[in-house]
Amino acid sequence: METQTQTSTMEAKEMKKKRMSGSEAVMQSLLHEGVDLLFGYPGGAIMPVYDALYHYQDKLNHILTRHEQGAVHAAQGYARVTGKVGVCFVTSGPGATNAVTGIADAMVDSTPLVVISGQVASPLLGTDAFQETDVVGITQPITKWNYQVKRAEEIPEAIAKAFYIARTGRPGPVLIDITKDAQFAQFDFEYKPVNKVRSYKPRTAVKLDKVAEAVRLINLAKKPLALVGQGVVLGGAENELMEFLQKTGMPAAWTLLGLSAMPSDFEQNVGMLGMHGNYGPNVKTNEADLIVAIGMRFDDRVTGNVQKYANNAKVVHLEIDPAEINKIIYADVPVLGDVKESLPMLTDMVSKNNHEAWLSEFKACDKIETQKIIQPELFPAKEGLTMGEVIRRVTEQYSDDAIMVTDVGQHQMMASRYFKFKQTRSVVTSGGLGTMGFGLPAAMGAKLGQPERPVCLFVGDGGFQMTIQELGTIFQTQADVKIILLNNNFLGMVRQWQELFFDRRYASTELINPDFQVIAKGYGIATEKVTERDDLDAAVNRMAEHKGAYLLEVVVEKEGNVFPMVPTGASVSDIRLE
Amino acid sequence: MKQEFTLSIYSENHVGLLNQVTTVFTRRHINIESLTTSESAIPGIHKFTIVVFTSREQVNKLMLQIEKRIDVIKAYVFTADEIVHQEVALYKVKTESLLNGNEIERLVRQYGARILEVTKEYTVIEKTGHKRETQELFEKLDHFGVQQFVRSGRIAVTKLKEELLSNYLKKLEKEKSLLD
Repeated sequence: METQTQTSTMEAKEMKKKRMSGSEAVMQSLLHEGVDLLFGYPGGAIMPVYDALYHYQDKLNHILTRHEQGAVHAAQGYARVTGKVGVCFVTSGPGATNAVTGIADAMVDSTPLVVISGQVASPLLGTDAFQETDVVGITQPITKWNYQVKRAEEIPEAIAKAFYIARTGRPGPVLIDITKDAQFAQFDFEYKPVNKVRSYKPRTAVKLDKVAEAVRLINLAKKPLALVGQGVVLGGAENELMEFLQKTGMPAAWTLLGLSAMPSDFEQNVGMLGMHGNYGPNVKTNEADLIVAIGMRFDDRVTGNVQKYANNAKVVHLEIDPAEINKIIYADVPVLGDVKESLPMLTDMVSKNNHEAWLSEFKACDKIETQKIIQPELFPAKEGLTMGEVIRRVTEQYSDDAIMVTDVGQHQMMASRYFKFKQTRSVVTSGGLGTMGFGLPAAMGAKLGQPERPVCLFVGDGGFQMTIQELGTIFQTQADVKIILLNNNFLGMVRQWQELFFDRRYASTELINPDFQVIAKGYGIATEKVTERDDLDAAVNRMAEHKGAYLLEVVVEKEGNVFPMVPTGASVSDIRLE
Repeated sequence: MKQEFTLSIYSENHVGLLNQVTTVFTRRHINIESLTTSESAIPGIHKFTIVVFTSREQVNKLMLQIEKRIDVIKAYVFTADEIVHQEVALYKVKTESLLNGNEIERLVRQYGARILEVTKEYTVIEKTGHKRETQELFEKLDHFGVQQFVRSGRIAVTKLKEELLSNYLKKLEKEKSLLD
């Protein structure tokens, strides 16, 4: 009897196993992880994988980018707006090294990715074979985890582990390098999802005593300030955040990656922190008696000079990554764990409060900022168009429900300051790494991830040309990306720094640009160029009405500056208004 | 205030782990005074023993960064009084310098060293102990000319009654089953 049962279980097991190549196992593993869209670029060492993909095209939509960097940024855009893991295929050697910038960007901005790279056949490893690089070695410091597969049998487990690690805890990129012989080899495929890795602890149970201590500080605080980071979005804790803020009544400022974690018009939302953030939250950081940091990591662009940062405040730090606690700013009360778990615990225990007087201090700061900076930027008296007025016009067009994608530089800071958000996961920008060239491919990935939502890319003329080849991918996929090119014929942010800190020595920042209209037309993308203020309104209307990708090139003032500004090394309260 | 710390790092036994661990130090410009790797008492778990000279604050941050690496199971930091530690040093001297008087023999006895090999040309002396002791013997032997000298990295075991790693692994199993 017992033997019989054993035999039938074994038979059932054998039934589940199917003989296939390592390459087909990659497809099967991706399907088991729920993947239906991925980005990539073929090449010698990953050809077996692409050959397997040929038979799975109905289930796996592969987007052929024009460069591996574009593939990774597109996967980042996709991951950021969907909350799913972005997936890429790249070949060995230059394919893998081209992916490095995107992987590093995803690492520092906690974006879940699984990058699968082809590798030369295992007997050739370490021989300087054609297109061989030590990609596991190269990406070790810029991946959450990486692994080289040399036997087909390892593929299902490696991929299952990759997805588990990429999406859990503090998310991040994982690279799986698969040798060509492992892609070819036949084996009996069986898929078991991974939900446990002995050496990996994705989250810690929130400690009640820490919550109680935090609650005590929150209840005592006269001038508390919440700092909202991307951890709220990654944890899906937007509602929990709102409940916490509404009950405590405290003002809340967001970081660059925390944008859209709460609505722009929420009355306790006091704006953006950091170097080009709003006046109020920067100045008031140093007056606050309590900082409640929620899923953020005190980046130097947020803190300015750390010695002069929030010296009057106790700090409560809600964070999932233990290595972030006390890394930059000492936390009087660290609350380790997922904010989705810790925020409701705090909300339950804090007293209902309001901080009207304290909030009105922020409003007073807003008045100063509006008068000195926002008004002249959005409603300029001078002739040239400003970045701010273009962004304002676009955000009005989409009544707050568009996804804002940016490249890096002045336009990025302007867009972060002036774009309005109604719903979460509406921001795709390169925060920690500051990768120029990120915007165009990321916008395409975002549109493919959220086809129903409008996607507006703001990009400068410098960054646009770093990945301009992805116009080809946009053309091929017909992704409806609205590209707003803010062209000042300068590397604007570097120029601004040269103006302010290098005595206007404009070393290598002025660009002689090609005719972007002709380029867009060459790619079959509808396009229009605006140079006069009077034409802006109608042009934005035409862009919005057009079905499909659109390049709206707006020639903006050549030497516009982003203000306010916390100069490097200065305290946040020494923020400059001019 | 800077002081000496001994780090015990337990990890999975994967290729490339040494690099993963050491880059945490190099990125922050922290010099590794000594490094030893070996299997631990638990099958499949590898142990790194690393000595650094730094501040308590810095070493705490290091530990968190090391533990953040996915394949690292757990890292512990100890001061010298919390561990029993040892190093081994080898000294190669010319055999003829042994034959001139009995000073080297006296040193070998005094320092509890031992002679591993004697040939006509050279003699190899071994001493185990703390760095200070093996260094002192080197300096004394060097009067007679030391041709080669090498000292291993530190190895250490804790003085604690409970075994930190085994307890941690047990706790982990319990927590994970609770979270599931």
